[in-house]
Amino acid sequence: MIDFLKQRREFLTTTASGLGGMALGSMLSDDGLLGADNLADSSKEMVRKPHFEAKAKACIFIYMAGAPSQIDLFDPKPKLQELDGQKLPQEVLDKARFAFIKPDSATLMGSPRKFKNYGESGMEFSDWLPNLGGVADDLLMVRSLHSEEFNHHPGQLMMQCGVSRFGMPAMGSWIHYGLGSESKNLPGYVVLTAGRGSSGGATLYQSGFLPSSYGGVLFRNQGEPVLNLANPDGLPPQLQRAGLDALKSMNQRRYQEVHDPEIASRISNYELANRMQTAAPELIDLSKESQETLDAYGVGRTEPKKVWRGSLSHLNTYDTFARNCLLARRMVERGVRFINIIHASWDQHSELDFHLGHNAECVDQPIAALIKDLKQRGMLDSTMVVWGSEFGRTPLGENRPGRAANTGRDHHPFAYTMLLAGGGLKGGVTYGKTDELGWDIEENPVHINDLHATMLHQFGLDHLKLTYRFQGRDFRLTDVGGNVISDWIS
Amino acid sequence: MLLFDFLIFRYRSPFKLHGLFVCICSITCFSGVVRGAENEPDFASSSNDSSDVRFVRDIQPIFAKHCLSCHGLDEAEGGLQFHSPETSIAAGDSGLPALVPGYPERSELIKRVTASEVELRMPPEGDRLTEDEVQQLRDWIQEGAQWETHWAYAPIDSESIHVAKDDRWGQSEIDQFVLRRLDVEGMTPSPQADKSTLIKRLYYDLIGLPPTPSQVQAFVDDPRPEAYGLLVEQLLASEHFGERWGRHWLDKARYADSDGYEKDNHRPDAWRYRDWVIHAINADMPFDQFTIEQIAGDLLPDATTMQKLATAFHRQTLTNTEGGTDQEQWRIAAVMDRTETIGSVWLGLSVGCARCHSHKYDQISHDEYYQLFAYFNNADELNSEIPRSTEKYRSIQSGLEAIAGQLKVRRKELSETIQSWLPELKKQAKKLSDVSPEYHDLLAVEARGPDGVVITEMEDGSFLVSGDNPEVAKYTIEAELDVEGVTGLQLEVLPHDSLNAGGPGRTLHGNFVLNELRLYASSSRAWESKHLMRFASAAASFAQKGWPVEGAVDGVEGAGKQGTGWAISPQFGASHVATFALQNRIDSDRHCLQIVLNHTYGSQHTIGRFRIKAITGSIGGTGMPESIQEILVQGKLDAPSVEQLVEYQLKLDDVATELKSELDALEEELKAETMKVRVIGERTVNRRATHVLARGDFKRPAGLVQPATLGTLPKIRSRSGSDTTDRLDFAEWLVSGVNPIVPRVAINHVWRHLFGSGIVPTMNDFGVRGDPPSHPDLLDHLAKKFIADGWSRKKLIEYIVKSSTYQQSSRHRPEYTETDPGNRLLHRQNRFRVEAEIIRDITLSAAGILSTKIGGPSVFPPIPESVTDLTYNSSFKWETSNGDDRFRRGLYTYFKRTAPHPNLITFDCPDSNVTNVARDRSNTPIAALVTLNNETFVEAAQAMARRILEDGDLHSDRDRLHYAIQLCIAREPQSEEIADFVNLLETSRKWYGVHADDAKQIVGDGAVEEVELSENAAWVATLRMILNLDEFITRE
Repeated sequence: MIDFLKQRREFLTTTASGLGGMALGSMLSDDGLLGADNLADSSKEMVRKPHFEAKAKACIFIYMAGAPSQIDLFDPKPKLQELDGQKLPQEVLDKARFAFIKPDSATLMGSPRKFKNYGESGMEFSDWLPNLGGVADDLLMVRSLHSEEFNHHPGQLMMQCGVSRFGMPAMGSWIHYGLGSESKNLPGYVVLTAGRGSSGGATLYQSGFLPSSYGGVLFRNQGEPVLNLANPDGLPPQLQRAGLDALKSMNQRRYQEVHDPEIASRISNYELANRMQTAAPELIDLSKESQETLDAYGVGRTEPKKVWRGSLSHLNTYDTFARNCLLARRMVERGVRFINIIHASWDQHSELDFHLGHNAECVDQPIAALIKDLKQRGMLDSTMVVWGSEFGRTPLGENRPGRAANTGRDHHPFAYTMLLAGGGLKGGVTYGKTDELGWDIEENPVHINDLHATMLHQFGLDHLKLTYRFQGRDFRLTDVGGNVISDWIS
Repeated sequence: MLLFDFLIFRYRSPFKLHGLFVCICSITCFSGVVRGAENEPDFASSSNDSSDVRFVRDIQPIFAKHCLSCHGLDEAEGGLQFHSPETSIAAGDSGLPALVPGYPERSELIKRVTASEVELRMPPEGDRLTEDEVQQLRDWIQEGAQWETHWAYAPIDSESIHVAKDDRWGQSEIDQFVLRRLDVEGMTPSPQADKSTLIKRLYYDLIGLPPTPSQVQAFVDDPRPEAYGLLVEQLLASEHFGERWGRHWLDKARYADSDGYEKDNHRPDAWRYRDWVIHAINADMPFDQFTIEQIAGDLLPDATTMQKLATAFHRQTLTNTEGGTDQEQWRIAAVMDRTETIGSVWLGLSVGCARCHSHKYDQISHDEYYQLFAYFNNADELNSEIPRSTEKYRSIQSGLEAIAGQLKVRRKELSETIQSWLPELKKQAKKLSDVSPEYHDLLAVEARGPDGVVITEMEDGSFLVSGDNPEVAKYTIEAELDVEGVTGLQLEVLPHDSLNAGGPGRTLHGNFVLNELRLYASSSRAWESKHLMRFASAAASFAQKGWPVEGAVDGVEGAGKQGTGWAISPQFGASHVATFALQNRIDSDRHCLQIVLNHTYGSQHTIGRFRIKAITGSIGGTGMPESIQEILVQGKLDAPSVEQLVEYQLKLDDVATELKSELDALEEELKAETMKVRVIGERTVNRRATHVLARGDFKRPAGLVQPATLGTLPKIRSRSGSDTTDRLDFAEWLVSGVNPIVPRVAINHVWRHLFGSGIVPTMNDFGVRGDPPSHPDLLDHLAKKFIADGWSRKKLIEYIVKSSTYQQSSRHRPEYTETDPGNRLLHRQNRFRVEAEIIRDITLSAAGILSTKIGGPSVFPPIPESVTDLTYNSSFKWETSNGDDRFRRGLYTYFKRTAPHPNLITFDCPDSNVTNVARDRSNTPIAALVTLNNETFVEAAQAMARRILEDGDLHSDRDRLHYAIQLCIAREPQSEEIADFVNLLETSRKWYGVHADDAKQIVGDGAVEEVELSENAAWVATLRMILNLDEFITRE
């Protein structure tokens, strides 16, 4: 018999012993194999200690791919209304860059939305978001985000990875890497989607240069929740168990023979996979949730039967999105570290009133329900909820040739709005200010790197210290920027 | 002796570990000599006293960590820079020299790093230097403050790359280097692995497929000492070798089948580059040539199509076709990617940092980045016509050449017999010049079309088509002439109210395509001796773009866009006239005409109303060209005129016409045998000047730069002797043999594939911050040999796998767990899981269903439906391949960048967005679920059950399990191992014996005849687990 401690050391230093983000540490300690004290800093896949005390333990990042119009949702501009149809002042025009708008004929476009003050804080929301208004005092509204990227895919990489380049880890991978995962039976970083696909596809939740076990695992909207989760047709759980026993027996023999810790790791992973086969279906089974909860989130809602060009009502986004919000809460309860809900698309270059209204109605109720639900269960303090996108939309109407009506808006990376809640952040606060047209930021600009730095901070991670050496450089989520915004922290 | 005494010194740098351990390490290493569980041998260590300080190893990291961010290439605070000896020894703004060689206490550097006064101390912020670090600086200055070149940039030293044979162990020089290093630590190498492990190792490593039980048996039973070498040679000669090692290269090339950004469009030609790589590696194209052709194949003298194809390496960059993009931004992004990819793949350096600012550590300046960039800044993205199959292309080409030769002969004959045909031409010319064209109605005309189509003659002599409106139609018109000397035909197409959109065609919008008009002349309406009249030219009053009237007399028909012909969109509802001039006028005795109007386009593109007339006299701009008429009329017969006449006569000559039409047909065939492939080509006009881009921003161009390489590496030379160098010079410089870093990097890549990790563990960083090589002398020995062997990849691999080091057992040795946990000293071989594609390959191979076809367009094995839903607008359709293509090797699976096949990604296949020089080997539950439950793997278990149950040589459960396990792990299974699966088989039998529905489902479509369904099912359930064995998906 070989010395187990030596083996363990070797095991922990083998770079390839990734365990898919499962809590190997707690598994081994459950099995009486490791003392719990050793776990925090001795293997990369376990629960790890943060740099300092963490407020947040889990993150639900609700990503609105395509760039929602802040002007029609969060940032009312009476002046814009007043100047509706007029040209943009020349000095603004000179520094502008557009994807589709023709600067010569561009005109300002007011929003037909009615805004209302909500809660004790009087936070403003448009009439499309009455439910979010209902939780205003739990929300931090940031009206002064800006991005460096102008096109969707690069912008999405910037928001998800902090740098607009391929091959970088997503924020979820960074946090997962930094803290490990508490879930024994589920992946540490899960992605849920609704609607049509985003520009970035799978590149938005890949682990980049971090080991692939930190990548986001996509949970499916249809069929089995995780790819390949179900046994093959005609293979009952009993035989899966018997099969795994035979496999384990032979793998163990091999381990005794060659002492390669990778084999021990593989044996564990087959067991974890088997546990996930039970845990994941249990997770997505909503039958134990009360009807009241289901109704609050809007599970089972049918999509309004409005018909428009390009309508994708067959995707049944309303129900899926509501379900995803509820699933996110259930995942947090089960120890999942980072949940990314992606919803597409909010790229309203035309027919904005129809499409944006349709999307707002889709997400308003479930997100508000999620925040209330988390709060009611005492989970909001340790769960950070983030709502946002790659950039915002112009105060100008879009005037593409051949389109008479200016009914859409173009990309606008210079100033836009995001929402945050929980995880030790202040509620009922509106941060940052844009100018009277909503073109530029007037107060408290927030770079995406600042957003990320502050998010990491709430997880007990110093964004300057959470690094990974790749190609001779210590990379971080915040690239070469990032300041923690202490004004946000409660 | 600058570099190669790593063996005997002690290494203290904190930078040798990375990743998670960086924090831990920086604590343990800085706090003294404590080494934790991450302990590794002392790669650069010795037991000598601490005064043995080396610049690269000890001092440069201190500069990098504490000094260079203010005193580096970009910054010179206080007038001081620590990136070169000259700048460091010079006095700074203070007038005090930072370094006084030999006198540490007089050196300002030491004063400052030890100063306690806030205003003096260095660095002004952040961590102070540790005592060890300060001592190292002192020692170094004391010993003369010698600078030395970083090991990777230093020349390959031929002195130290040979070592005396040691009789204790080893078959090659490789082993002597390894043994010498083990000796230092008092360690011993491992024994040779057993023969079944060796054959499996070689099969997996060289061709990526498992050996069959009989191949294993033959090898194990072969007592000859040369058996191993023969096996190596046989595998190196296998075409699967190119697949296996080609895929390694494709990782570096970031090869994929789609554009990347957003819409992520299909690249139908991408696989041509993949196949080029496979072929090049199978042909053992020397690595220098392999390099040059990919980087600058287009610039080689008389570049072949294959050399142009090689440059598709550069076209694996991403493309952004998103609406509203600035194309210059993305062009520059692609050029940056090319620059950085070459930095990673050939130089082992991350030049990318210098895109925005000078590289703090590796002396790559911001300017140098753009000097490298400049080599690629005028490489334009082009398409090139590349043959689909070289063999077929060559055979058509030689056919073409043969006919061209015959035409040449015929031409010569005609020019020698000019007197025999000249009188006839003269006669014609005279007549032509006399007569202006006249148009004549045809007589006694009859017209007919396909059944159901009615063609009615109208009062004005035109024909109106009605009745059925078929997809395609052939009209035949028969008529007689009452004039002689007909020189052509006129075809009018006319509008009519009865036609859709007014005609003249019969489609909904009034268009038609006349694919072919044929004219036969005969002496009677019996048509037995009808003669096909050839046309010399055609002209029309209007023709649709892409559908000129010449297409109606070119002999080509064809459906849809495959064909040629005359069409008139968008001028519907109007009349149009076409004139067709004959090569020879119609003989007077042939007064009966048969005219065929053939419409083959489809979708009712047929003519709705037309009128045909005969023309006599000269047809303006057609028929005999005026220049010929002039020569003939004037009768001048100087050489150029004769040349022209012969040229004209060739068109009239039956033999030549026949040859010409064969030539045309072959050219068509040749065209069909080529395809457009994305390559690059050097821009020759309007060449771009290259600017440094401030912060890498394409909108902020700064100073101009010329193409040049890195200052730390040997000089580049222009092959033409000019002052400037180009992309081809650059490619040649990389592999000139003078550049030391390229062969070292190439060796390291090959080594990792054979040992699981590199001699330099930081595969993507040969710079100052990377790990030093574990065996620097071995690395250089191999580099030197690689070059001496003509950069042959196969010879290199053969040399390595024939070493005892490679052939060691991979069994872990508990006695070395403390001293060499990561096995950097190679005290044994390594076990490692095979790559994503290979897991698929070995599984299908063990099941007996792998298609071994090599190359061709990418294929679409089954994929979960929901994967492609997530692409942009859910736009991508994955048409699952059938037949053999369902079972192709993993490297042929279509790679869509925004929705890659999950079976690939789960096992760490790179995302192909950026270059990858070292794949991860993760071990996750998600991966376990793939091999347990994924459709491909379940199908394999079903197929394997058929293979085992239908094998007449297997008679018992034990026989069958024995064979099945052998198929997977290539060794003799032990009886307890078989027993494990006998139990599973029995349990499964019990279940399926009473659960017929389950049995039916698990067996799937391929039930074995004459075997009970429950029995068949039990085997599927059992074999499925054998296919999951760790030993199967791991090299050994």
